[in-house]
Amino acid sequence: MFHTEEMQRGGTIYRHRLSTRIWHWTNFVALVILLMSGLMIFNAHPRLYWGEYGANPDPAWLQIGNADGEGYLRIGDFRVETTGLLGVWEDENGATRNRAFPGWATIPSNYNLALARRWHITFAWVFAIGILAYAVWSYWNRHIERDLLPMKEQLKPTHIWQDVKKHARLDLPKGEEARHYNVLQKLAYLSVLGGLIPLMVLTGLTMSPAMNASWPWLLDIFGGRQSARSIHFICAMLLVAFILLHLAMVVLAGPLNEIRSMITGRYRLPEETGK
Amino acid sequence: MTEEFFSRRGILKSLGVGAAALLLPGCDRLGQSPTFQEIVLSTGERLSYRMQRLLGINPLAREYEPSEMSPVFRTNGNTMPRSPEYLRHLASSFAEWRLEVDGRVKQPKGFSLAELKAMPARSQITRHDCVEGWSAIGKWTGVPLGALLDAVELEPSARYIVFHCADDFRGTNYYESIDLVDAFHPQTILAYGMNDGELPVGHGAPLRLRVERQLGYKQAKFVMRVEAVESLEAIGRGKGGYWEDNTGYEWYAGI
Repeated sequence: MFHTEEMQRGGTIYRHRLSTRIWHWTNFVALVILLMSGLMIFNAHPRLYWGEYGANPDPAWLQIGNADGEGYLRIGDFRVETTGLLGVWEDENGATRNRAFPGWATIPSNYNLALARRWHITFAWVFAIGILAYAVWSYWNRHIERDLLPMKEQLKPTHIWQDVKKHARLDLPKGEEARHYNVLQKLAYLSVLGGLIPLMVLTGLTMSPAMNASWPWLLDIFGGRQSARSIHFICAMLLVAFILLHLAMVVLAGPLNEIRSMITGRYRLPEETGK
Repeated sequence: MTEEFFSRRGILKSLGVGAAALLLPGCDRLGQSPTFQEIVLSTGERLSYRMQRLLGINPLAREYEPSEMSPVFRTNGNTMPRSPEYLRHLASSFAEWRLEVDGRVKQPKGFSLAELKAMPARSQITRHDCVEGWSAIGKWTGVPLGALLDAVELEPSARYIVFHCADDFRGTNYYESIDLVDAFHPQTILAYGMNDGELPVGHGAPLRLRVERQLGYKQAKFVMRVEAVESLEAIGRGKGGYWEDNTGYEWYAGI
């Protein structure tokens, strides 16, 4: 939310509304819990398939496993040794464990499918209600239209190319330019909000046998339950990539200012200084 | 710039590790608290149960073509009950075996396998989804549970159907339960046939439950007795199933 001059006080603007800030931090908690409990659920059957069915006798396109004391990740015919990180690792007591993802990355940290499912399904509701409320609210108060959809001139190939070059030089927007999201930022947020997150929710629902009965079209759009499980995992990894990129950009753009803006709403426009 | 970046990254990394170090034991401790589990972490199950019932009582699970079946349908859980009684029945091809249907019913009755097979049968090619994540598609033939319950006439106080099984984990016989919506769902059958043959022992011979809109652990195998009850409190430790009581799986396994 980029309000006009009357909101400006001492070089700061009121950037994020309370609803945006609450949603951001709710999402942060929900996503961390969903990701880590999801990795524990994956540990129960660390193989991914395409199609409707898929179990141990069927070919898996991705597998995290161990053989002869070595952990490995296999994607198709590509196999890489991952001992210490995936497949075989040591827990905090130094004991060797043969699960896919290590205890420090999962909730709970020990193997417990029942508890991981409880965390996952409960926080899936928090996450899904959050994104739904955000979508309705942001459409209604024109947040999407005003702040997230790229302006026409931003979509010109020359402008996008300029923005790519600036990002590559780590030359981030300053002064008035920083008042609005830049085009790469907008495209990144839009693809997460309009692409990855809806895909996460829908593929999650597709794994539910009761939802398959109520909404059989879910199986048709994703090509079966096991395909949905694979897409769920791929989108989760892409979300992790987005979060890492997002954190890197926060650090580059000035972490204190950025974090403060997401807590208090106030954002100081970076000063235009000669480099 | 570069130095600043690295120092910032260093700060961020220590913040991240610190947050994980705080978060993870925190989540572990919260997860172990029965109160937190009961009040917070069962919210998902309760909401999913209500929402999925709201979306419709009787939509059918997808049925597949024979060409879509799993080439190998793996077994899971117990594959050979060890009770002497079961082994006797197995040795005599279940000739003397009876399925007891009792509890809150007007006319408790025992059904022989031949009697069950003489009742109108239903065959369906459906997908079995294990709670662990894998799926297998197979063909099941059996008697609709609703028809059996109609034959013994449920009392109005009956709210749940409990399945008592011949197999055991650590000395406790397996048991599972479903509500009446699932019990009378047209695809809920007690199957005696699989993939056009007899139901193999590994898959629960002579009789197993198929409740197609829920996960694998609800599909009780080696069913010996079907009991109609008013409440699940007196069954096992009160959560409605062996895994529900012993590892904390949700009773409603529609998701």
